[in-house]
Amino acid sequence: MATALASSGRSIVLPAPLPLDSGQSIAPVTIAYETYGELAADRSNAVLVFHALTGDQYVASTHPITGKPGWWERMVGPGRPVDTNRFFVICANVMGSCMGSTGPASPSPDGRPYGMRFPVITIRDMVRAQVALLAELGIDRLYAAVGGSMGGMQALSLAVNWPALAERVLVIACTAQMGAQNIAFQEVGRQAIMADPHWQGGDYYGTGTAPDAGLAVARMAAHITYLSEASLTEKFGRRLQDRATKSFGFDADFQVESYLRHQGLAFTNRFDANSYLFITRAMSYFDLAEEHGGRLADAFAGVTARFCVVSFDTDWLYPTEQSRRLVHALNAAGVPVSFVELSAPFGHDSFLLEVPNLDKVSAGFLSR
Amino acid sequence: MKTLRPDLAVIAEHVAPASRVLDVGCGDGVLLAALRDERGCNAHGMELDPGNVAECVGKGLSVIQGDADRDLAFYPDGAFDYAILSQTLQTTRRPDLVLEELLRIGRRAFVSFPNFAHWRVRLSLLWGGRMPVTRLLPIAWYETPNIHHMTVLDFRALVAERGIRVEQAWFLTGDHSIGAAAANFRAEHAVFLLSR
Repeated sequence: MATALASSGRSIVLPAPLPLDSGQSIAPVTIAYETYGELAADRSNAVLVFHALTGDQYVASTHPITGKPGWWERMVGPGRPVDTNRFFVICANVMGSCMGSTGPASPSPDGRPYGMRFPVITIRDMVRAQVALLAELGIDRLYAAVGGSMGGMQALSLAVNWPALAERVLVIACTAQMGAQNIAFQEVGRQAIMADPHWQGGDYYGTGTAPDAGLAVARMAAHITYLSEASLTEKFGRRLQDRATKSFGFDADFQVESYLRHQGLAFTNRFDANSYLFITRAMSYFDLAEEHGGRLADAFAGVTARFCVVSFDTDWLYPTEQSRRLVHALNAAGVPVSFVELSAPFGHDSFLLEVPNLDKVSAGFLSR
Repeated sequence: MKTLRPDLAVIAEHVAPASRVLDVGCGDGVLLAALRDERGCNAHGMELDPGNVAECVGKGLSVIQGDADRDLAFYPDGAFDYAILSQTLQTTRRPDLVLEELLRIGRRAFVSFPNFAHWRVRLSLLWGGRMPVTRLLPIAWYETPNIHHMTVLDFRALVAERGIRVEQAWFLTGDHSIGAAAANFRAEHAVFLLSR
């Protein structure tokens, strides 16, 4: 159960209430973040890395709860494409999450945890909070904004809504508009959490129980969408788990079942169920075109950043066609953009895994 | 620009400085990089092969992975001063439509292609009776990407029929430029500058 997850790292409290897309505002807002590398004297080398749905600020350092390496050490670190010998890298926990930034598990002004009283936030709200963090850090120019999946949505939102901020935008395995299939999968996850009696309308903090079963099911369903059919087949096939024959029962007979159960359970140790509700809500609301009159190309009018968009051929959650649509809109707006669909076997998770061409494209794009 | 392939060198020499350029089928971006670095062009590319796109992005170029037959449709009218198609027209499914698209998105277009009526090709076909495999067309018929072979005369006929203006034409044999006389017989390569 994960109700009081504290960050071991740095955090700041934003100096002013944060206005939200819903019309509400929220205060106080704490943003927990990590930095890597040194900020140059002329402040020209800052790179903001955005994390995905269940990620956090520990992009290139050990996770304080799981003890695992940073979630994107392939991409961020000394000599990596986002080279911390060259760049000052900032990664913040998104508002609504549970690794030290203000979210539904945080105390509201009345002292009790927000629970479902936490305001429904958007991707743009998450970015607004991080832009406020940058201001506090004295950074008014980003060498690059980088993100995969929901991190890519934030990078796009930053580029469009704060066009003077980023010089380069790297968007990986992402979309400009959450599609029906993704909205549907995330609704399954939310309903699994809310159907768990331990959810208690979201007021489970301090009760000694939490909707771990529901959250685990949500994670299991989502995890399937992050992988490709081929990678599941190769990893598990129909192999049985620690047994010679089927049990004629409902234990995890198959390795893939055991794997998913483990993934679901492990997730509840590090993530808050209400955070999962609010962050997936923000993702399903994400539609860059709608924010700009319905025409995606109009969203990019006046944007001067250079873009690089990367998709993966086995990613059926954010398929290449959605990246192409984004690229065509950037083209129509006259924004410099590179695009490549890379071949990788791992489905949506390819952006986190061993794909040498991703390193090559990213390093090349960020090099000059 | 000495390191450029001869037809690319011709194109690079004749692109006006500081123009907006789209190179369709830009390969590893050698022409684009030359146009950017030596002509100050705003250089963009389209390329089918992901490995080549990665090379281009590594050179700091803006290149989109895409297919000339399908993806040119997404560019707005008149988006570029020049659209360039070097050694690619003969690999497209519908060269005539690709040509129309080039002149829709570019105010002018450079098109280069190998001339199938070059005397070496003619001899090879006449005496050998087999599809020619020459220095310029080195790949056997069953695996060549060139699916629409054409001659200088074929190309001239097509552009005339479509009301496209030939502003200038260059003919090459090996590394040498040759005159237009008997080009359909003597030229291995042709480069055309077109407009509407």
